[in-house]
Amino acid sequence: MQPILSCRDVMVDFSGFKALQGVDLHVGQNEILFLIGPNGAGKTTLLDVICGKTRSTDGEVLFDGSTSLTKLPEQKIVHEGVARKFQAPSVFLHLTPFENLEIAMKQDKGLFSILFAKMSKEQQGKIERVLDTIGLHEVSHEPASLLSHGQKQWLEIGMQLIQEPKLLLLDEPIAGMSGEERTRTGELIKEISKTCSVLIVEHDMDFVRNFSTKVVVMHEGKVLCEGSMEEIQNNEEVKNVYLGRG
Amino acid sequence: MGEMDLMKRYRLRASYGLFFFLVILAPFLLTDFRAGLLAKFLCFAIIAVGISLIWGFTGILSLGHGVFFGLGAYCMAMYLKLEASPQGVPDFMEWNGIQELPFIWTLFQSPVFAIAAAVFVPFLLALIIGYFTFKNRIKGVFFSLISQAVVVVMVTLFIGMQHITGGTSGLTNFSTVFHAPLADPVTKQLLYFVTVSLLALVMGISLFLTKSRFGRLLIAIRDGENRLRFLGYNPAAFKVFVYALSASFAGIAGALFVLQVGMITPEMMGIIPSIEMVLWAAIGGRYSILGAAIGAIVTNSAKSFLSETYPEFWTFILGGLFLVVVLYLPNGLAGLTNSVKARFFKKEKQEVQKHATDTVVS
Repeated sequence: MQPILSCRDVMVDFSGFKALQGVDLHVGQNEILFLIGPNGAGKTTLLDVICGKTRSTDGEVLFDGSTSLTKLPEQKIVHEGVARKFQAPSVFLHLTPFENLEIAMKQDKGLFSILFAKMSKEQQGKIERVLDTIGLHEVSHEPASLLSHGQKQWLEIGMQLIQEPKLLLLDEPIAGMSGEERTRTGELIKEISKTCSVLIVEHDMDFVRNFSTKVVVMHEGKVLCEGSMEEIQNNEEVKNVYLGRG
Repeated sequence: MGEMDLMKRYRLRASYGLFFFLVILAPFLLTDFRAGLLAKFLCFAIIAVGISLIWGFTGILSLGHGVFFGLGAYCMAMYLKLEASPQGVPDFMEWNGIQELPFIWTLFQSPVFAIAAAVFVPFLLALIIGYFTFKNRIKGVFFSLISQAVVVVMVTLFIGMQHITGGTSGLTNFSTVFHAPLADPVTKQLLYFVTVSLLALVMGISLFLTKSRFGRLLIAIRDGENRLRFLGYNPAAFKVFVYALSASFAGIAGALFVLQVGMITPEMMGIIPSIEMVLWAAIGGRYSILGAAIGAIVTNSAKSFLSETYPEFWTFILGGLFLVVVLYLPNGLAGLTNSVKARFFKKEKQEVQKHATDTVVS
């Protein structure tokens, strides 16, 4: 089966500082791929390149076999089916969870379609279902500014889910969550991976162990090795650069 | 969605109902002079509604709405001036030695063209300015500065092209509109109600937009424009549209202003009026359409009242008012009524607080 995302020899040069030095990475269909590595390894930069926030200086990012993402504007990349959750929860605080989802929902997002948009029964149902999935039904009409940190994180995952993406990029989704919240988030990600591929940057090794199908280790802007969590843990090189330190 | 929302909706309807009831009743209770002033303030209220759309809802601080107001006013004034010049060429052109009407002026012989231009010239100018700034992701203070620069350019241009625009003294000495004398009380009353209807229309459009999915998108732009891009939106398109729409509101207000006041000068579209427009919305409450409109009326009433008795103090009072609003009432007068209500309904207290952290240029 062809991978949903292929990065080939991706380079990013921040005026002299080489954040990515030729990354090769493939994400398969319905795979949950964890990206780990020490600080400054370039994990978040790679996500930024995929979603268009940062432009690569060289290399190619192919989506779904044929579409090159390196030149597309951010919103077009989203239209292709790539959704991104940022590290800090960035939901719209003055809107309610329901309204946040209403905006994020997969729909025609041009000016004139939004001007005359009417909430259909189908859309309403879709939002309600996501609210159930992320467990925010009870607070769906409170301003999002009143949600707890964990609830904001879930709302944001829900906002990605409702876009019906083919590839979901998550940047440290469980940061700042309690143990129970972590497990619930893991279950949620597993559930999501039934319909799309997931690429996650994460530091929490227990979380990676419990929920990964494949792990990629990055170091100094390059992919160091990849495999199952077990293989990674027994890799001498990885121990040296990463696990040994932490 | 329950009782709370229903109550909110009734309260909203009641406050709009009361507002328009008072505004319609006013000319029958006030002296002609006061009614004339109120008519002028209602024009300002139209501008404030547009400012609330772009600043309160979308978070873009425009310090250049005077230009759009001025353009609308000049478009209307050119038609009126031609109606008042039976010999075909306006008086100030004759003084400048111009015998034949310039081409641009001939277009304004048609009232339909003049009125359409009063709406669409500001709309188009805002479209162009907005396209180049928002597409290049210029925002916040930088946009505000550019909007100020546009004011300076426009004012200089209008003063410089004296033979076409009338220079510093602007356009004045009109006599009739559609052959009805402007000074006639009946014409004045008619114009008053035209202004009220247009204010209602502008408020209606704004309410429709802000209560819909489009309105929630505007708030999302204010909260996190960059985030919106990664949800698949192009925020620039939405910002350009709102900017142009609020510019056309200012244009409408300008046209009505000229009809009621009988003059327009470059000074009236300058930097100080532009900043005052923002203050009206800030004082009334920039997050509320009705609040902004009331802000324009209250601030200007206070201004004319105080400048009659203590002319030298007005600017100090205006500055003081602005400080009080920024420091203690970030939601303006509309926010004040909410905090009073919040004493009785605890739930709304949070809503009052949630805007408090916003900065002026959010």
